[in-house]
Amino acid sequence: MRFESPTTTKAAATLLASESGIAHVLAGGTDLLVRMKMGAIEPDLIVDIKRIESLRTLKVAAAGVQIGAAVPAVRLSESEKLRNLWPGVVEAANLIGSDQIQGRCTVVGNLCNASPAADSVPALIAAGAKALVVGPKGKRRVAVEKVVLGPGRTSLARDEFIEAVVLPARTGKSADAYLRFTPRTEMDIAVVSAAINLTLSRGIVQSAKVVLGAVAPTAVVVPAAAKALIGSKLDDAALDKMVAACRAACNPIDDKRGTIEYRTKVAGVMARRAALIAYERAGGSK
Amino acid sequence: MPYETDYTNQGFTKVGTRVNRPDGVDKVTGRAKYGADANAAGQLVGRVLRSPHAHALITKIDTSKAEKLPGVKAVLTGKDFPDLTGGNRGLMDILENCMARGRALYDGHAVAAVAAIDADTANKALKLIKVTYKQLAHVTDVDEAIKPGAPIIHDWVRTAGVTPAPTTASNVAQRSEFGHGDVDAGLAQADVIIEKSFKTEQTHQGYIEPHACLATLGPDGSGELWVTTQGHFTFRNVCASLLGLEVAKLKVTSSEIGGGFGGKTHVWTEPVALQLSRKANRPVKLVMSRDEVFRATGPTSSTSVDVKIGAKRNGKITAATAELRYQSGAFPGMWAMFGAMTSFACYDLKNVKSVGFDVLVNRPKVAAYRAPSAPMAAFAVESVVDMLAAELGMDAVDFRIKNAAKKGTKASYGPVYGPIGIGPTLDAVKNHPHMKRKLGKNQGRGVACGFWFNFGGQTCTDLNIGVDGSVNLTVGTVDVGGSRASLALIAAEELGIDYEQVRVTIGDTNSLGHNDTTEGSRGTFSSGMATIFAARNAVDVLKQRAAATWDIPVEQVIWEAGEARAKGRQNNNLPPLSLKEIAAKSPRTGGPIAGHNEVVADGAGVSFASHMCDVEVDPETGATKILRYTVVQDAGKAIHPDYVEGQFQGGAAQGIGWALNEEYIYGDDGRLQNAGFLDYRIPVCSDLPFIDTQILEIPNPNHPYGVRGVGETSIVPPLAAIGNAVSNAVGVRMTHVPMSPPRILNAIETAKE
Repeated sequence: MRFESPTTTKAAATLLASESGIAHVLAGGTDLLVRMKMGAIEPDLIVDIKRIESLRTLKVAAAGVQIGAAVPAVRLSESEKLRNLWPGVVEAANLIGSDQIQGRCTVVGNLCNASPAADSVPALIAAGAKALVVGPKGKRRVAVEKVVLGPGRTSLARDEFIEAVVLPARTGKSADAYLRFTPRTEMDIAVVSAAINLTLSRGIVQSAKVVLGAVAPTAVVVPAAAKALIGSKLDDAALDKMVAACRAACNPIDDKRGTIEYRTKVAGVMARRAALIAYERAGGSK
Repeated sequence: MPYETDYTNQGFTKVGTRVNRPDGVDKVTGRAKYGADANAAGQLVGRVLRSPHAHALITKIDTSKAEKLPGVKAVLTGKDFPDLTGGNRGLMDILENCMARGRALYDGHAVAAVAAIDADTANKALKLIKVTYKQLAHVTDVDEAIKPGAPIIHDWVRTAGVTPAPTTASNVAQRSEFGHGDVDAGLAQADVIIEKSFKTEQTHQGYIEPHACLATLGPDGSGELWVTTQGHFTFRNVCASLLGLEVAKLKVTSSEIGGGFGGKTHVWTEPVALQLSRKANRPVKLVMSRDEVFRATGPTSSTSVDVKIGAKRNGKITAATAELRYQSGAFPGMWAMFGAMTSFACYDLKNVKSVGFDVLVNRPKVAAYRAPSAPMAAFAVESVVDMLAAELGMDAVDFRIKNAAKKGTKASYGPVYGPIGIGPTLDAVKNHPHMKRKLGKNQGRGVACGFWFNFGGQTCTDLNIGVDGSVNLTVGTVDVGGSRASLALIAAEELGIDYEQVRVTIGDTNSLGHNDTTEGSRGTFSSGMATIFAARNAVDVLKQRAAATWDIPVEQVIWEAGEARAKGRQNNNLPPLSLKEIAAKSPRTGGPIAGHNEVVADGAGVSFASHMCDVEVDPETGATKILRYTVVQDAGKAIHPDYVEGQFQGGAAQGIGWALNEEYIYGDDGRLQNAGFLDYRIPVCSDLPFIDTQILEIPNPNHPYGVRGVGETSIVPPLAAIGNAVSNAVGVRMTHVPMSPPRILNAIETAKE
């Protein structure tokens, strides 16, 4: 196994492109190293991207946020500005693993690991985040919901990797929220989760995005749930309609972490609670 | 016994103080050596190949490719373990569990092993071993396993304890019955009868340190084993029997232990590592992965229990009966017997009967887990006790107090109790500030009692006094719960010296006589007793040396406050001689000063606890939060109160995990689906409240200081205490442990319909 630490994105892309065996990108390593230790993968090449300066950058402004692929989750919560702009994204990133894990893990890594239960992914999708993809032929921008195709599968070509995710400009009275259900308080993986991003005007929801995690092979955007909230002050009727839409959008599996019935039911509960939190954060009052 | 052991009200100066633990610095600096921390020159890496099937015939194992791989030094299968058991079926079960003999009996059952120069080579070699299986029908559920037509695990098993003796094979290995009186007559007198069935899922002890050993065995039949274990003498004896060695030729050293809780009382990979070493003629280090620990060591039983209790309107129980079905994995056990013995031990009952059925299934061989079998029985019994109190309109604590066992009660499992603590723990619960806390919305409170026998056993201890007056105490019971601190306190108390002057070492199997395993909460009880006697033995020598120095008869010498004093007016010009002074002169007064004791520490006092807990249940998700938890337990005499409280808290913490989330999840294919700490959910710190404790001291008259074992009882009440609390919070009786969020939500929703 070769281990390379390039200092430019171009060098990293070239390394990946020229490897004929199994190549993996290493950022925080909190998923990759565990899979290697379990013997689930035996890479021929590991490309550590943490030496690339631009990937370690976190840019936070009202006009937009850029989170480099090597920025550990803990740095998100250390930025007060980011916590104010995107509290839902920050709280999602800070539910991954534990304090120790968050010192290493990255949201881009969380995205590329392509787990249906990834915590930061629903929050990024709700926020309208875009991924900056680098390859030997140059760069492209792709919506985060287009990155994950299924458990462990992404739309990235074998010689591509993600340089950063960018969050759009914040306008008006907006806020997001993320909630997940786990049997344990930490060191756990979402049985079901919900991320909601809202913009209000005079207490009325103008735009909304509702995303569920761990209820299908990928995170699920639920337009019908968003539609149920738009134009409302999150009255019970609107919330009930949203919950029903969320439950209808669920396509979970029965497994050791939860049953179809349980996940479907609790998806609605998480969505309702997350919506109320986002609404209050955006300045709405009931 | 050479010394008076009657309890006396002694004025202790060291015992009962909260001194620093002697192993603390080593453990926080990483200097402490655990199972995987030993290395030998030229050592090989051992690895085990395990069955992916729940039940299968092994029709062929082809190891030729693995043997040819450069770097592979030994490959073993069941054929490399000749039957030296002499017809002892229990030993054969251990051997067959260590390495399959023609049949894989559970997912994870060892089928082959390799020793190679490094881990990569060993892993490659495992992949080159070709095993041909013929899958057989399997069964993993305890109730399914006793249904007619269930796949039979062993065709040689006939249910023991049944007359006439059965002639056909069964998955019920043993039936055991306990009790007295006439249950039917008692039930006929009852005004109210409650009958209910319960299930508990299988849990693992969850010790953080995996099994690990370093084995050396030469062609001359002598060897050494460094191993993480609760009982190195037992490991020595078992390994020697299985491999045809003389016990004195196999030196076993116990490492520091990263948790055991009963799970490190049995051998799994150790005979395999020794045999690999013998075949390769090199040391072999074998460390289990977490996956192997879950799949192939000894979790506790999953159970299914029916309980029926009747009482008069005045709150007096007239009869109690239980049928308990415990699975013991793929080999016969006695776990249901323990369940049946402990189930009604807290109560004073005229008519009582409990029947246990030990059941075979395709799961790993069950081992002890902290008060083994008692928590599941207590869950069922204490739930019905709560339901009965509610039906009678009585306070659940008052109802228990009214029926509690006391001195002179004939226990449901046979003996008549001496002084015991169940009544006092219940009184303490009733008067505890915890019980006055106001409960909010979605909150509930639960109380439950628990019992454990405790054990004494064979013990052998040496105490050596150095020329500088420092004391080395060597014991043979592995320190799993702080016994070194407690034993140093006891030695200091007896000798009248400082705690810091004593160093306690766990001796290897060649430095002491046989010591039983640290189990049954016996470490501090039994080695404490032997330490007292060994110290008194050394005091006799110290007095003789002082008498010789003064040239007076030894009868005129007494030992007080760490020094020899001469008695009588004729001696009042003789200044006292301290332990240090006598020790300094010892080379010229007869040589080293030592004390020794070997004893079967009979009379381990039975132990009782009562727990109370408050919970809040989220009615929309079924998630339970433990708001407050209090343990009240009788310790007899707390030698080191910090450690006693730690044992109370530790048992409660494990019980909370078991009650709420921990469970082995098997698929329809009979494979374990959650062999790791991500999906086998032991609680993390933030899942637990501060666990409050109250130590009661009702002396055990069979120990010089009144000590009772304290390590295990604390895990007995939590399942029931939390079950009662959750049931009270949601208004539905919970009957299935763990009470995981999906189970609680399902119970709430079902009750609504």
